[in-house]
Amino acid sequence: MTFFEKLGSVDRRWIFLFIAVAVTIPLLTGRSAPVIPSPIVQHLFDAIDALPPGSRVLLSLDFGPSTVPENLPMASAVARHCLKKNLALYVITIWATGPPIINTLMNDVIRADFPDKVYGVDYVNLGYKVGNQGVIQALNTDFKGQYTMDAGLGKDLAPQPTSRIAMMKPIGGLRDFQFIVPIGSGFPGVKEWVQFGGDVSGVDVGGGVTAVEAPLLYPYYPQQLSGLMGGLLGAAEYEAALTQAYPEFGESAKVALVRMFPQTVAHLVIVGFVVLGNIAFFAAKRRARKR
Amino acid sequence: METLQLWIGALLTLMIFSFLYRDNPFYKFAEHLFVGVSAAYWMVQGFWNEIVPNLLAKLFPNQMANIVEAARGSQVQSHYAIAGILGLILLTRLIPPIAWLSRWSMAFIIGYTAGTNLTRYLSSDFVTQVQSTLSRPLITGSGANWFDTLMLNFSNLVIVGGVLCGLIYFFFSKEHTGAFGKMSRVGIWVLMVAFGASFGYTVMARISLLIGRIEFLRGWILSFL
Amino acid sequence: MKRGIPIAITFLVGISLVIAFFVPHAPFDSLDRHIPEYFNIIAAFAFVLGGGNLLRVHLTRITRRDHEWAYSIVTVVGFLLMMIAGLIKIGQTETGTGINLKADLADPALFFNWLYDGIFVPCQATMFSLLAFFVASASYRAFRAKTPEATILLVAAFVVLVGRTPVGQWLTGWVPPPFDQYLHIPNLSAWIMSIPNLAGQRTIQIGIALGIISNSLRLILGIERSHLGGD
Repeated sequence: MTFFEKLGSVDRRWIFLFIAVAVTIPLLTGRSAPVIPSPIVQHLFDAIDALPPGSRVLLSLDFGPSTVPENLPMASAVARHCLKKNLALYVITIWATGPPIINTLMNDVIRADFPDKVYGVDYVNLGYKVGNQGVIQALNTDFKGQYTMDAGLGKDLAPQPTSRIAMMKPIGGLRDFQFIVPIGSGFPGVKEWVQFGGDVSGVDVGGGVTAVEAPLLYPYYPQQLSGLMGGLLGAAEYEAALTQAYPEFGESAKVALVRMFPQTVAHLVIVGFVVLGNIAFFAAKRRARKR
Repeated sequence: METLQLWIGALLTLMIFSFLYRDNPFYKFAEHLFVGVSAAYWMVQGFWNEIVPNLLAKLFPNQMANIVEAARGSQVQSHYAIAGILGLILLTRLIPPIAWLSRWSMAFIIGYTAGTNLTRYLSSDFVTQVQSTLSRPLITGSGANWFDTLMLNFSNLVIVGGVLCGLIYFFFSKEHTGAFGKMSRVGIWVLMVAFGASFGYTVMARISLLIGRIEFLRGWILSFL
Repeated sequence: MKRGIPIAITFLVGISLVIAFFVPHAPFDSLDRHIPEYFNIIAAFAFVLGGGNLLRVHLTRITRRDHEWAYSIVTVVGFLLMMIAGLIKIGQTETGTGINLKADLADPALFFNWLYDGIFVPCQATMFSLLAFFVASASYRAFRAKTPEATILLVAAFVVLVGRTPVGQWLTGWVPPPFDQYLHIPNLSAWIMSIPNLAGQRTIQIGIALGIISNSLRLILGIERSHLGGD
């Protein structure tokens, strides 16, 4: 076997080990990668930044533990941005794995960074409802009929009827919101919020998705989507835009920025693998032709 | 208890990663445990977040008031019994002699999905998309400089032409020969660029998930060092 | 009864929702409001059905001593533990460990969530993270520039992958203005996403939309009946 033939038939477990090392070592350094917001992310940031104080924003966390590394930094950055701008934040989820993630957002971001904000006045946790796009459709016409109780704040605040919550009073349907921000990783997600939420109610929608889904949603931009965060890079770009506009978030809003360094190294490794694999393939093909 | 939880999580993580070496009993154990736990999780979520507040509390508000406070003093909304009956009928799928009854509930689900998809996909994914494509000006002079203007015009051409050629590629009722065939070829190239972009983003997505797991394992190792 | 009524139900529900899209008056406004609510409730019962079916399949495997039946015991034990913990909401209450039916299901004090964080989260997250290794392996062993189309795909992927890295900045940092607006790799990557990728994805989206519209019409009109099964 020539060198190139050996290269082309490497046991895939060596490739697994290589990629694990390529991700682990940069991650251990704790360095962050410089990131410049792309136009599609900047448009989303600008759309939220332009909302006047008191505007009602619906944030839907439609993802599970498998995509937390990509989606939670997006949700955290958007939540920080909304509360910094004194927007009223309504947090829901249409994924069964969403409630614990809402708890994480409430405790680690909202209550930690904004202790002066009041639950029920500045932000509210409405929890999970079953039905996928059926929930979105029902929210168009009867928001409070779906959420008769909120989800509370764990042991600190038990669930209560939404009729007692001040910020729920003006909400009849999705039309009563000024912006909808779904953060999703599949079905149901941003696409369903555009189709059943934004296009029906006429409310602006801008969100974040995993990188797998991001290219599929570009056709909706900009008519049906005000902006889109795509994957960890999108999250890092939003964090960069946020810290640029509001430097006080420089330390707290850099989770995705730190993850971009191992991400960048891994990208280069994958490109290297593709190039190497093709070199091995063409070399073996040329050798076979010579024979 | 938190330490125990962390160790269980770490051990399950390593058991699943062991699949990368080869399939083994540890991986199978973790996989089967996950299947059981996740099925119960979804079931419990469906029961407490939908059936209890949006069905039982609306049909029996007084009886449910101790659990769902919002039901206290509210009126019975008996029309929700339709949903309750259809839901219970769905469960007959587990009883072979009367499993055919579950088709009624399935029919409701299919009817709802077909009815909403027809209008929403027609509106959001067809009419609006065609409108967005055709509303782009083919000639524009609004660039910041000559190269920007050239590229803006080229971009509009790529979008309009690319969508048209791509749709021509997917039209299999006519043979792809002559001018039709050439346009179909352009459509394939545009689709290949889209697939290449999707591949790049897919790689990004998968690596991100691995980063998350390695961060977790780092936290676990640091907890006992 | 077995086929006629389901076909009628599909037709009535589907056509009501289609008409409600165009006619927002009574009774269609009420139907448009309530049918999604009924759907949500039935969907929750579908989760119960899923759990019940899982139990049935694995208990059958155990009783018949099928291939790898011992793992089915693991599945059943995990299922029952999680189900009981969640249905009766066992957790830390003000008076110690007990049942608290009023607690929100996401309350971290519940044993249900302890199991979720300890078992569900690491298992699901790790299962998905395995894909990173397989994508790396596929990149090395499967992605070949055998045809011009495959080469276009790989070049586009290369630009997108390298576009946001310092290497991308370095490779084309020398490109002078005004060409750098589009030919500098980071900008080229953004252009690829928002122009040719958009065109390609829009093509696919329109095609899928036409397929879904025609299939939905076939289902509503009862032409498509495969979902009803045999007999």
